[in-house]
Amino acid sequence: MGDRQISNIQPSNHGDTRGGGSSSTLISFENVSKTFPDGTHAVDSVSFKVEPGQFVTVVGPSGCGKSTLLRMGSGLLSASSGEVRRSEGNLGYVFQDATLLPWRTVQKNVELFCELRGFDRSERRKRAKDAIELVGLSGFNRHYPAALSGGMKMRVSLARSLTLDPPLFFFDEPFGALDEITREYLNLELLRIFAHAGFGAVFITHNLYEAVFLSTDVLVMSSRPGRILKSFSIPFPYPRDLDLRFDPAFAELTGEVSEVLRDE
Amino acid sequence: MSTARHTSSRLRSSTYRLGPPIVVFLVVLGIWYAISLSLDPDRQFLLPTPNEVIDVGFVNQDNLFQVLEGLLWTVAVSMTGLVIAIVLGMTSAIMMSQAKWVETSFYPYAVIIQTVPILAIVPLVGLWLGFGFTSRVVVCVIISIFPIITNTLFGLQSVPASFHDLFTLHRSSRLTRLVKLQFPNALPAIFAGFRISAGLSVIGAIVGEFFFRKGIPGLGRLLDLYRARLLTEQLFTALVFSSLLGILVFWGFGFLGRLVVGKWHETT
Repeated sequence: MGDRQISNIQPSNHGDTRGGGSSSTLISFENVSKTFPDGTHAVDSVSFKVEPGQFVTVVGPSGCGKSTLLRMGSGLLSASSGEVRRSEGNLGYVFQDATLLPWRTVQKNVELFCELRGFDRSERRKRAKDAIELVGLSGFNRHYPAALSGGMKMRVSLARSLTLDPPLFFFDEPFGALDEITREYLNLELLRIFAHAGFGAVFITHNLYEAVFLSTDVLVMSSRPGRILKSFSIPFPYPRDLDLRFDPAFAELTGEVSEVLRDE
Repeated sequence: MSTARHTSSRLRSSTYRLGPPIVVFLVVLGIWYAISLSLDPDRQFLLPTPNEVIDVGFVNQDNLFQVLEGLLWTVAVSMTGLVIAIVLGMTSAIMMSQAKWVETSFYPYAVIIQTVPILAIVPLVGLWLGFGFTSRVVVCVIISIFPIITNTLFGLQSVPASFHDLFTLHRSSRLTRLVKLQFPNALPAIFAGFRISAGLSVIGAIVGEFFFRKGIPGLGRLLDLYRARLLTEQLFTALVFSSLLGILVFWGFGFLGRLVVGKWHETT
Protein backbone atom coordinates (compact mmCIF):
# COMPACT_ATOMS: atom_id res chain seq x y z
CA MET A 1 0.00 0.00 0.00
CA GLY A 2 2.56 2.50 -1.13
CA ASP A 3 5.48 3.93 0.73
CA ARG A 4 4.57 4.30 4.36
CA GLN A 5 8.12 4.09 5.58
CA ILE A 6 9.57 7.00 7.38
CA SER A 7 12.84 8.02 5.83
CA ASN A 8 15.93 8.30 7.95
CA ILE A 9 17.00 11.67 9.09
CA GLN A 10 20.46 12.28 10.41
CA PRO A 11 20.34 13.01 14.11
CA SER A 12 22.17 16.30 14.47
CA ASN A 13 24.13 15.42 17.57
CA HIS A 14 25.84 12.54 15.82
CA GLY A 15 28.66 12.64 13.37
CA ASP A 16 30.63 15.57 12.10
CA THR A 17 30.05 19.25 12.52
CA ARG A 18 29.65 20.16 8.88
CA GLY A 19 27.50 23.24 8.62
CA GLY A 20 28.56 24.31 12.06
CA GLY A 21 25.19 23.59 13.74
CA SER A 22 25.52 23.51 17.50
CA SER A 23 24.24 20.41 19.26
CA SER A 24 21.21 22.30 20.55
CA THR A 25 19.97 23.04 17.04
CA LEU A 26 16.49 21.55 16.73
CA ILE A 27 16.51 21.14 12.99
CA SER A 28 18.72 22.20 10.15
CA PHE A 29 18.16 22.12 6.41
CA GLU A 30 21.33 22.19 4.35
CA ASN A 31 20.92 22.82 0.63
CA VAL A 32 17.81 20.70 0.62
CA SER A 33 16.16 20.17 -2.75
CA LYS A 34 13.22 18.06 -3.80
CA THR A 35 12.28 16.88 -7.25
CA PHE A 36 9.28 14.57 -7.43
CA PRO A 37 9.29 11.48 -9.66
CA ASP A 38 6.99 13.29 -12.10
CA GLY A 39 9.69 15.91 -12.61
CA THR A 40 8.13 18.64 -10.48
CA HIS A 41 10.94 20.66 -8.96
CA ALA A 42 9.35 21.67 -5.68
CA VAL A 43 12.14 22.88 -3.43
CA ASP A 44 15.47 24.29 -4.53
CA SER A 45 18.50 24.33 -2.27
CA VAL A 46 16.93 25.55 0.95
CA SER A 47 19.08 26.10 4.02
CA PHE A 48 18.03 27.27 7.45
CA LYS A 49 18.00 26.06 11.01
CA VAL A 50 15.88 26.40 14.10
CA GLU A 51 17.32 26.87 17.57
CA PRO A 52 15.38 26.44 20.81
CA GLY A 53 13.12 29.42 21.42
CA GLN A 54 12.95 30.32 17.74
CA PHE A 55 9.65 30.64 15.94
CA VAL A 56 10.52 30.47 12.26
CA THR A 57 7.80 31.16 9.75
CA VAL A 58 8.10 30.32 6.09
CA VAL A 59 5.85 32.52 4.03
CA GLY A 60 5.33 32.17 0.32
CA PRO A 61 2.78 31.83 -2.46
CA SER A 62 0.53 28.78 -2.64
CA GLY A 63 2.19 25.72 -4.13
CA CYS A 64 5.72 26.96 -3.54
CA GLY A 65 6.84 23.81 -1.75
CA LYS A 66 6.37 25.00 1.82
CA SER A 67 4.54 21.86 2.88
CA THR A 68 7.08 19.72 1.05
CA LEU A 69 9.73 21.33 3.22
CA LEU A 70 7.95 20.22 6.39
CA ARG A 71 7.32 16.74 5.03
CA MET A 72 11.06 16.41 4.41
CA GLY A 73 11.79 17.84 7.86
CA SER A 74 9.58 15.22 9.48
CA GLY A 75 10.87 12.32 7.41
CA LEU A 76 7.51 11.71 5.73
CA LEU A 77 9.36 12.51 2.53
CA SER A 78 13.02 12.16 1.69
CA ALA A 79 15.07 14.98 0.20
CA SER A 80 16.40 14.55 -3.35
CA SER A 81 19.63 16.21 -2.32
CA GLY A 82 21.00 18.07 0.65
CA GLU A 83 20.67 17.11 4.26
CA VAL A 84 18.06 17.42 6.97
CA ARG A 85 19.29 17.01 10.53
CA ARG A 86 16.87 16.86 13.39
CA SER A 87 17.66 16.61 17.08
CA GLU A 88 16.48 13.63 19.08
CA GLY A 89 13.05 13.92 20.57
CA ASN A 90 9.46 14.04 19.47
CA LEU A 91 8.14 16.23 16.74
CA GLY A 92 4.86 18.09 17.06
CA TYR A 93 3.09 18.33 13.72
CA VAL A 94 -0.11 20.25 13.11
CA PHE A 95 -1.53 19.88 9.62
CA GLN A 96 -3.76 22.30 7.75
CA ASP A 97 -6.55 19.80 8.21
CA ALA A 98 -6.99 18.99 11.89
CA THR A 99 -6.79 15.24 11.05
CA LEU A 100 -8.87 14.24 14.06
CA LEU A 101 -10.13 10.68 13.95
CA PRO A 102 -13.90 11.11 13.72
CA TRP A 103 -14.65 7.99 15.76
CA ARG A 104 -12.70 9.23 18.77
CA THR A 105 -13.85 11.80 21.27
CA VAL A 106 -11.72 14.87 21.96
CA GLN A 107 -10.16 13.09 24.93
CA LYS A 108 -9.38 9.96 22.92
CA ASN A 109 -8.02 11.97 20.00
CA VAL A 110 -5.67 13.86 22.27
CA GLU A 111 -4.54 10.58 23.81
CA LEU A 112 -3.75 9.05 20.40
CA PHE A 113 -0.05 9.89 20.15
CA CYS A 114 0.63 8.72 23.71
CA GLU A 115 -1.21 5.55 22.83
CA LEU A 116 0.93 5.03 19.72
CA ARG A 117 4.00 5.58 21.86
CA GLY A 118 2.83 2.95 24.35
CA PHE A 119 2.22 5.16 27.39
CA ASP A 120 0.11 3.56 30.08
CA ARG A 121 -3.49 4.55 30.62
CA SER A 122 -3.10 6.84 33.61
CA GLU A 123 -0.14 8.67 32.03
CA ARG A 124 -2.14 9.12 28.82
CA ARG A 125 -5.10 10.51 30.69
CA LYS A 126 -3.03 12.91 32.70
CA ARG A 127 -1.12 14.26 29.71
CA ALA A 128 -4.30 14.59 27.66
CA LYS A 129 -6.06 16.40 30.46
CA ASP A 130 -3.19 18.88 30.83
CA ALA A 131 -2.97 19.48 27.09
CA ILE A 132 -6.73 19.97 26.73
CA GLU A 133 -6.61 22.44 29.57
CA LEU A 134 -3.69 24.29 27.97
CA VAL A 135 -5.55 24.79 24.69
CA GLY A 136 -8.66 25.88 26.60
CA LEU A 137 -10.98 23.02 25.74
CA SER A 138 -11.74 21.66 29.20
CA GLY A 139 -15.33 20.46 29.26
CA PHE A 140 -15.26 19.26 25.66
CA ASN A 141 -13.52 15.95 26.41
CA ARG A 142 -16.49 13.83 25.46
CA HIS A 143 -17.39 15.68 22.27
CA TYR A 144 -16.83 14.09 18.89
CA PRO A 145 -14.91 16.15 16.29
CA ALA A 146 -18.04 16.55 14.15
CA ALA A 147 -19.54 18.65 16.93
CA LEU A 148 -16.62 21.09 17.03
CA SER A 149 -15.98 24.30 15.10
CA GLY A 150 -12.95 24.59 12.83
CA GLY A 151 -11.05 26.59 15.43
CA MET A 152 -11.77 24.06 18.17
CA LYS A 153 -10.62 21.21 15.95
CA MET A 154 -7.28 22.95 15.44
CA ARG A 155 -6.95 23.33 19.21
CA VAL A 156 -7.54 19.61 19.66
CA SER A 157 -4.96 18.91 16.97
CA LEU A 158 -2.49 21.14 18.80
CA ALA A 159 -3.27 19.50 22.14
CA ARG A 160 -2.68 16.07 20.63
CA SER A 161 0.90 17.02 19.75
CA LEU A 162 1.46 18.85 23.03
CA THR A 163 0.95 15.60 24.97
CA LEU A 164 4.37 14.41 23.79
CA ASP A 165 6.00 17.65 24.94
CA PRO A 166 7.99 18.00 21.71
CA PRO A 167 10.97 20.34 21.59
CA LEU A 168 10.13 21.12 17.96
CA PHE A 169 6.78 21.87 16.35
CA PHE A 170 5.76 21.97 12.69
CA PHE A 171 2.70 23.97 11.73
CA ASP A 172 1.53 23.51 8.16
CA GLU A 173 -0.89 26.40 7.55
CA PRO A 174 -2.93 25.38 10.57
CA PHE A 175 -5.24 28.38 10.47
CA GLY A 176 -5.51 28.68 6.70
CA ALA A 177 -9.09 27.46 6.56
CA LEU A 178 -10.36 29.62 9.42
CA ASP A 179 -12.08 32.98 9.35
CA GLU A 180 -10.04 36.07 10.18
CA ILE A 181 -11.44 36.58 13.66
CA THR A 182 -10.81 33.01 14.73
CA ARG A 183 -7.38 33.14 13.16
CA GLU A 184 -6.38 36.24 15.14
CA TYR A 185 -7.62 34.69 18.34
CA LEU A 186 -5.80 31.43 17.72
CA ASN A 187 -2.61 33.35 16.86
CA LEU A 188 -2.73 34.84 20.33
CA GLU A 189 -3.46 31.48 21.88
CA LEU A 190 -0.59 29.90 19.99
CA LEU A 191 1.82 32.55 21.28
CA ARG A 192 0.58 31.94 24.80
CA ILE A 193 1.20 28.19 24.42
CA PHE A 194 4.54 28.85 22.69
CA ALA A 195 5.62 30.86 25.72
CA HIS A 196 4.32 28.23 28.11
CA ALA A 197 5.60 25.08 26.42
CA GLY A 198 8.84 26.56 25.12
CA PHE A 199 9.18 24.64 21.85
CA GLY A 200 10.93 25.74 18.70
CA ALA A 201 8.62 26.09 15.73
CA VAL A 202 8.54 26.02 11.96
CA PHE A 203 5.30 27.65 10.85
CA ILE A 204 3.98 27.71 7.29
CA THR A 205 1.54 30.33 6.07
CA HIS A 206 0.75 32.57 3.14
CA ASN A 207 -0.54 35.26 5.44
CA LEU A 208 2.08 38.00 5.95
CA TYR A 209 0.51 39.51 9.04
CA GLU A 210 0.28 36.18 10.74
CA ALA A 211 3.90 35.48 9.80
CA VAL A 212 5.27 38.69 11.26
CA PHE A 213 2.97 38.65 14.25
CA LEU A 214 3.97 35.18 15.43
CA SER A 215 7.60 34.80 14.59
CA THR A 216 11.11 35.48 15.72
CA ASP A 217 12.21 34.90 12.11
CA VAL A 218 10.39 35.07 8.79
CA LEU A 219 11.71 33.35 5.68
CA VAL A 220 10.24 34.43 2.37
CA MET A 221 10.02 31.66 -0.17
CA SER A 222 9.71 32.03 -3.94
CA SER A 223 7.15 30.28 -6.08
CA ARG A 224 8.09 26.86 -7.44
CA PRO A 225 10.79 25.76 -7.26
CA GLY A 226 10.81 27.15 -3.74
CA ARG A 227 13.95 29.02 -2.74
CA ILE A 228 14.51 31.21 0.29
CA LEU A 229 14.50 34.76 -1.09
CA LYS A 230 15.17 36.62 2.10
CA SER A 231 15.03 36.16 5.83
CA PHE A 232 13.83 38.71 8.34
CA SER A 233 14.47 38.93 12.04
CA ILE A 234 11.37 40.13 13.84
CA PRO A 235 12.48 42.31 16.75
CA PHE A 236 9.23 42.69 18.71
CA PRO A 237 9.47 41.27 22.22
CA TYR A 238 7.10 38.64 23.56
CA PRO A 239 4.45 38.54 24.90
CA ARG A 240 2.82 40.22 21.92
CA ASP A 241 -0.77 41.30 21.72
CA LEU A 242 -3.06 42.26 18.88
CA ASP A 243 -2.24 45.95 19.27
CA LEU A 244 1.11 45.15 17.73
CA ARG A 245 -0.61 45.01 14.37
CA PHE A 246 -1.30 48.73 14.55
CA ASP A 247 2.30 49.57 15.42
CA PRO A 248 3.97 51.53 12.56
CA ALA A 249 7.07 49.36 12.90
CA PHE A 250 4.90 46.30 12.34
CA ALA A 251 3.40 47.85 9.23
CA GLU A 252 6.83 48.71 7.92
CA LEU A 253 8.13 45.20 8.44
CA THR A 254 5.13 43.51 6.80
CA GLY A 255 5.55 46.01 3.98
CA GLU A 256 9.13 44.90 3.46
CA VAL A 257 8.17 41.24 3.50
CA SER A 258 5.35 41.92 1.08
CA GLU A 259 7.73 43.72 -1.26
CA VAL A 260 10.04 40.72 -1.43
CA LEU A 261 7.08 38.54 -2.31
CA ARG A 262 5.81 40.98 -4.92
CA ASP A 263 9.17 41.41 -6.63
CA GLU A 264 9.37 37.69 -7.06
CA MET B 1 -45.16 24.88 28.16
CA SER B 2 -42.25 24.54 25.82
CA THR B 3 -42.04 20.80 26.43
CA ALA B 4 -45.69 20.42 25.58
CA ARG B 5 -45.23 22.34 22.37
CA HIS B 6 -42.20 20.24 21.59
CA THR B 7 -44.11 17.00 22.08
CA SER B 8 -46.99 18.16 19.93
CA SER B 9 -44.65 19.18 17.13
CA ARG B 10 -42.98 15.79 17.30
CA LEU B 11 -46.40 14.16 17.17
CA ARG B 12 -47.24 16.25 14.12
CA SER B 13 -44.02 15.34 12.32
CA SER B 14 -44.61 11.64 12.92
CA THR B 15 -48.14 12.09 11.57
CA TYR B 16 -46.65 13.56 8.43
CA ARG B 17 -44.26 10.66 8.18
CA LEU B 18 -46.72 7.86 8.87
CA GLY B 19 -49.85 9.40 7.36
CA PRO B 20 -49.14 9.08 3.62
CA PRO B 21 -47.99 5.41 3.71
CA ILE B 22 -51.13 4.52 5.72
CA VAL B 23 -53.30 6.23 3.14
CA VAL B 24 -51.56 4.29 0.36
CA PHE B 25 -52.10 1.06 2.31
CA LEU B 26 -55.82 1.74 2.66
CA VAL B 27 -56.17 2.60 -1.02
CA VAL B 28 -54.39 -0.63 -2.04
CA LEU B 29 -56.65 -2.57 0.32
CA GLY B 30 -59.68 -0.97 -1.31
CA ILE B 31 -58.52 -1.85 -4.81
CA TRP B 32 -57.78 -5.39 -3.61
CA TYR B 33 -61.35 -5.80 -2.32
CA ALA B 34 -62.74 -4.33 -5.53
CA ILE B 35 -60.81 -6.72 -7.77
CA SER B 36 -61.42 -9.72 -5.54
CA LEU B 37 -65.15 -9.16 -5.35
CA SER B 38 -65.48 -8.53 -9.06
CA LEU B 39 -63.93 -11.90 -9.95
CA ASP B 40 -66.14 -14.87 -10.92
CA PRO B 41 -66.73 -17.04 -7.84
CA ASP B 42 -64.88 -19.96 -9.45
CA ARG B 43 -61.87 -17.77 -10.12
CA GLN B 44 -61.88 -16.02 -6.78
CA PHE B 45 -59.18 -18.36 -5.47
CA LEU B 46 -56.73 -16.30 -7.53
CA LEU B 47 -57.23 -13.33 -5.25
CA PRO B 48 -59.15 -13.99 -2.06
CA THR B 49 -60.36 -10.94 -0.16
CA PRO B 50 -58.11 -9.62 2.60
CA ASN B 51 -60.42 -10.87 5.35
CA GLU B 52 -60.36 -14.38 3.86
CA VAL B 53 -56.58 -14.23 3.86
CA ILE B 54 -56.62 -13.23 7.51
CA ASP B 55 -59.15 -15.93 8.46
CA VAL B 56 -57.43 -18.80 6.68
CA GLY B 57 -53.81 -17.69 6.79
CA PHE B 58 -53.47 -16.00 10.16
CA VAL B 59 -56.39 -16.88 12.43
CA ASN B 60 -56.32 -20.59 11.62
CA GLN B 61 -53.69 -21.76 14.05
CA ASP B 62 -52.58 -24.88 12.17
CA ASN B 63 -51.93 -22.89 9.04
CA LEU B 64 -50.25 -20.08 10.94
CA PHE B 65 -47.97 -22.44 12.87
CA GLN B 66 -46.92 -24.17 9.68
CA VAL B 67 -45.80 -20.84 8.26
CA LEU B 68 -44.15 -19.79 11.51
CA GLU B 69 -42.19 -23.03 11.68
CA GLY B 70 -41.09 -22.45 8.09
CA LEU B 71 -40.10 -18.93 9.06
CA LEU B 72 -37.96 -20.28 11.88
CA TRP B 73 -36.07 -22.56 9.51
CA THR B 74 -35.57 -19.81 7.00
CA VAL B 75 -34.21 -17.59 9.75
CA ALA B 76 -31.84 -20.37 10.85
CA VAL B 77 -30.57 -20.92 7.31
CA SER B 78 -30.18 -17.28 6.37
CA MET B 79 -28.54 -16.21 9.61
CA THR B 80 -26.10 -19.15 9.54
CA GLY B 81 -25.25 -18.20 5.97
CA LEU B 82 -24.91 -14.54 6.91
CA VAL B 83 -22.56 -15.24 9.82
CA ILE B 84 -20.36 -17.41 7.60
CA ALA B 85 -20.40 -14.74 4.88
CA ILE B 86 -19.44 -12.08 7.41
CA VAL B 87 -16.54 -14.09 8.81
CA LEU B 88 -15.24 -15.21 5.41
CA GLY B 89 -15.91 -11.87 3.72
CA MET B 90 -14.25 -9.73 6.36
CA THR B 91 -11.29 -12.04 6.69
CA SER B 92 -10.63 -12.00 2.98
CA ALA B 93 -11.10 -8.22 2.79
CA ILE B 94 -8.61 -7.72 5.61
CA MET B 95 -6.11 -9.99 3.86
CA MET B 96 -6.63 -8.13 0.59
CA SER B 97 -6.03 -4.82 2.38
CA GLN B 98 -2.78 -6.11 3.84
CA ALA B 99 -1.19 -7.45 0.68
CA LYS B 100 -1.77 -6.05 -2.78
CA TRP B 101 -1.05 -9.42 -4.41
CA VAL B 102 -3.87 -11.05 -2.45
CA GLU B 103 -6.23 -8.38 -3.71
CA THR B 104 -5.15 -8.62 -7.35
CA SER B 105 -5.23 -12.42 -7.21
CA PHE B 106 -8.59 -12.96 -5.55
CA TYR B 107 -10.74 -9.88 -6.05
CA PRO B 108 -11.64 -10.79 -9.65
CA TYR B 109 -13.06 -14.08 -8.39
CA ALA B 110 -15.15 -12.28 -5.81
CA VAL B 111 -16.60 -10.28 -8.69
CA ILE B 112 -17.25 -13.48 -10.65
CA ILE B 113 -19.09 -15.05 -7.71
CA GLN B 114 -21.27 -11.97 -7.73
CA THR B 115 -21.96 -12.08 -11.46
CA VAL B 116 -22.63 -15.79 -11.93
CA PRO B 117 -26.40 -16.30 -11.69
CA ILE B 118 -27.15 -18.18 -8.50
CA LEU B 119 -29.41 -20.58 -10.39
CA ALA B 120 -26.46 -21.69 -12.47
CA ILE B 121 -24.49 -22.74 -9.39
CA VAL B 122 -27.40 -24.47 -7.68
CA PRO B 123 -27.17 -27.83 -9.50
CA LEU B 124 -23.50 -28.23 -8.66
CA VAL B 125 -23.98 -27.29 -5.04
CA GLY B 126 -26.76 -29.89 -4.85
CA LEU B 127 -24.61 -32.57 -6.41
CA TRP B 128 -21.73 -31.97 -4.08
CA LEU B 129 -23.38 -31.13 -0.81
CA GLY B 130 -26.79 -32.76 -1.00
CA PHE B 131 -30.20 -31.20 -0.96
CA GLY B 132 -30.57 -30.16 2.65
CA PHE B 133 -29.50 -27.53 5.17
CA THR B 134 -25.84 -27.33 4.10
CA SER B 135 -26.61 -26.53 0.50
CA ARG B 136 -29.14 -23.86 1.46
CA VAL B 137 -26.57 -22.22 3.70
CA VAL B 138 -24.00 -22.32 0.90
CA VAL B 139 -26.41 -20.51 -1.42
CA CYS B 140 -26.89 -17.84 1.25
CA VAL B 141 -23.13 -17.41 1.61
CA ILE B 142 -22.56 -17.14 -2.13
CA ILE B 143 -25.33 -14.62 -2.60
CA SER B 144 -24.45 -12.42 0.38
CA ILE B 145 -20.66 -12.42 0.63
CA PHE B 146 -19.84 -9.89 -2.08
CA PRO B 147 -21.16 -6.70 -0.40
CA ILE B 148 -19.27 -7.65 2.75
CA ILE B 149 -15.97 -8.06 0.89
CA THR B 150 -16.33 -4.87 -1.15
CA ASN B 151 -17.60 -2.69 1.67
CA THR B 152 -15.00 -3.88 4.15
CA LEU B 153 -12.20 -3.49 1.63
CA PHE B 154 -13.43 -0.05 0.60
CA GLY B 155 -13.60 1.06 4.23
CA LEU B 156 -10.11 -0.23 5.03
CA GLN B 157 -8.62 1.44 1.97
CA SER B 158 -10.43 4.76 2.12
CA VAL B 159 -8.47 6.14 5.07
CA PRO B 160 -7.37 9.71 4.21
CA ALA B 161 -3.64 9.98 3.46
CA SER B 162 -3.20 12.58 6.19
CA PHE B 163 -4.43 10.08 8.80
CA HIS B 164 -1.85 7.61 7.56
CA ASP B 165 0.78 10.34 7.92
CA LEU B 166 -0.02 10.62 11.63
CA PHE B 167 0.61 6.94 12.13
CA THR B 168 3.71 7.01 9.94
CA LEU B 169 5.18 9.84 12.02
CA HIS B 170 4.87 7.65 15.08
CA ARG B 171 6.30 4.62 13.31
CA SER B 172 3.21 2.51 13.97
CA SER B 173 3.17 -1.14 13.02
CA ARG B 174 0.81 -2.50 10.38
CA LEU B 175 -1.27 -4.13 13.07
CA THR B 176 -1.65 -0.87 15.00
CA ARG B 177 -2.58 0.87 11.78
CA LEU B 178 -5.16 -1.80 11.00
CA VAL B 179 -6.70 -1.89 14.46
CA LYS B 180 -6.63 1.78 15.41
CA LEU B 181 -7.04 3.41 12.01
CA GLN B 182 -8.27 1.29 9.14
CA PHE B 183 -10.80 -0.85 10.97
CA PRO B 184 -12.62 1.97 12.78
CA ASN B 185 -12.57 3.94 9.55
CA ALA B 186 -14.23 1.00 7.81
CA LEU B 187 -17.01 0.45 10.35
CA PRO B 188 -19.70 2.58 8.67
CA ALA B 189 -19.08 0.87 5.33
CA ILE B 190 -18.97 -2.54 7.02
CA PHE B 191 -22.36 -2.02 8.62
CA ALA B 192 -23.81 -0.78 5.35
CA GLY B 193 -22.52 -4.03 3.85
CA PHE B 194 -24.07 -6.10 6.65
CA ARG B 195 -27.43 -4.52 5.98
CA ILE B 196 -27.36 -5.28 2.27
CA SER B 197 -26.05 -8.80 2.84
CA ALA B 198 -28.63 -9.61 5.51
CA GLY B 199 -31.41 -8.89 3.01
CA LEU B 200 -29.65 -10.92 0.31
CA SER B 201 -29.17 -13.80 2.72
CA VAL B 202 -32.91 -14.01 3.38
CA ILE B 203 -33.50 -14.07 -0.36
CA GLY B 204 -30.81 -16.73 -0.67
CA ALA B 205 -32.48 -18.92 1.96
CA ILE B 206 -35.88 -18.70 0.28
CA VAL B 207 -34.49 -19.30 -3.22
CA GLY B 208 -32.36 -22.18 -1.92
CA GLU B 209 -35.42 -23.93 -0.56
CA PHE B 210 -36.99 -24.04 -4.00
CA PHE B 211 -34.20 -26.40 -5.02
CA PHE B 212 -32.97 -28.07 -1.87
CA ARG B 213 -36.09 -29.74 -0.57
CA LYS B 214 -34.78 -32.16 2.02
CA GLY B 215 -35.49 -31.61 5.68
CA ILE B 216 -38.10 -29.48 7.40
CA PRO B 217 -39.65 -27.03 4.91
CA GLY B 218 -38.81 -23.37 5.27
CA LEU B 219 -40.72 -20.44 3.83
CA GLY B 220 -39.44 -21.08 0.32
CA ARG B 221 -40.67 -24.66 0.31
CA LEU B 222 -44.02 -23.57 1.70
CA LEU B 223 -44.41 -20.86 -0.93
CA ASP B 224 -43.85 -23.47 -3.63
CA LEU B 225 -46.18 -25.92 -1.93
CA TYR B 226 -49.05 -23.43 -1.53
CA ARG B 227 -48.64 -22.35 -5.12
CA ALA B 228 -48.87 -25.95 -6.33
CA ARG B 229 -51.98 -26.63 -4.24
CA LEU B 230 -53.59 -23.28 -5.08
CA LEU B 231 -53.74 -22.35 -1.39
CA THR B 232 -53.67 -18.66 -2.16
CA GLU B 233 -54.56 -17.49 1.36
CA GLN B 234 -51.60 -19.31 2.88
CA LEU B 235 -49.44 -18.17 0.01
CA PHE B 236 -50.18 -14.64 1.15
CA THR B 237 -49.33 -15.51 4.74
CA ALA B 238 -45.95 -16.93 3.73
CA LEU B 239 -45.37 -13.89 1.54
CA VAL B 240 -46.14 -11.51 4.39
CA PHE B 241 -43.75 -13.29 6.73
CA SER B 242 -40.96 -13.40 4.13
CA SER B 243 -41.30 -9.67 3.62
CA LEU B 244 -41.43 -9.05 7.36
CA LEU B 245 -38.25 -11.06 7.81
CA GLY B 246 -36.53 -9.05 5.07
CA ILE B 247 -37.65 -5.77 6.60
CA LEU B 248 -36.68 -6.91 10.08
CA VAL B 249 -33.09 -7.86 9.21
CA PHE B 250 -32.64 -4.69 7.15
CA TRP B 251 -33.95 -2.57 9.99
CA GLY B 252 -32.11 -4.61 12.62
CA PHE B 253 -28.72 -4.19 11.01
CA GLY B 254 -29.43 -0.53 10.36
CA PHE B 255 -30.17 -0.16 14.06
CA LEU B 256 -27.04 -2.09 15.02
CA GLY B 257 -24.98 0.15 12.74
CA ARG B 258 -26.40 3.31 14.28
CA LEU B 259 -25.72 1.89 17.71
CA VAL B 260 -22.06 1.30 16.93
CA VAL B 261 -21.10 4.23 14.67
CA GLY B 262 -24.11 6.57 15.00
CA LYS B 263 -22.34 8.73 17.56
CA TRP B 264 -19.79 9.94 15.07
CA HIS B 265 -21.11 8.98 11.65
CA GLU B 266 -24.28 9.97 9.83
CA THR B 267 -25.80 6.66 8.79
CA THR B 268 -28.57 6.56 6.28
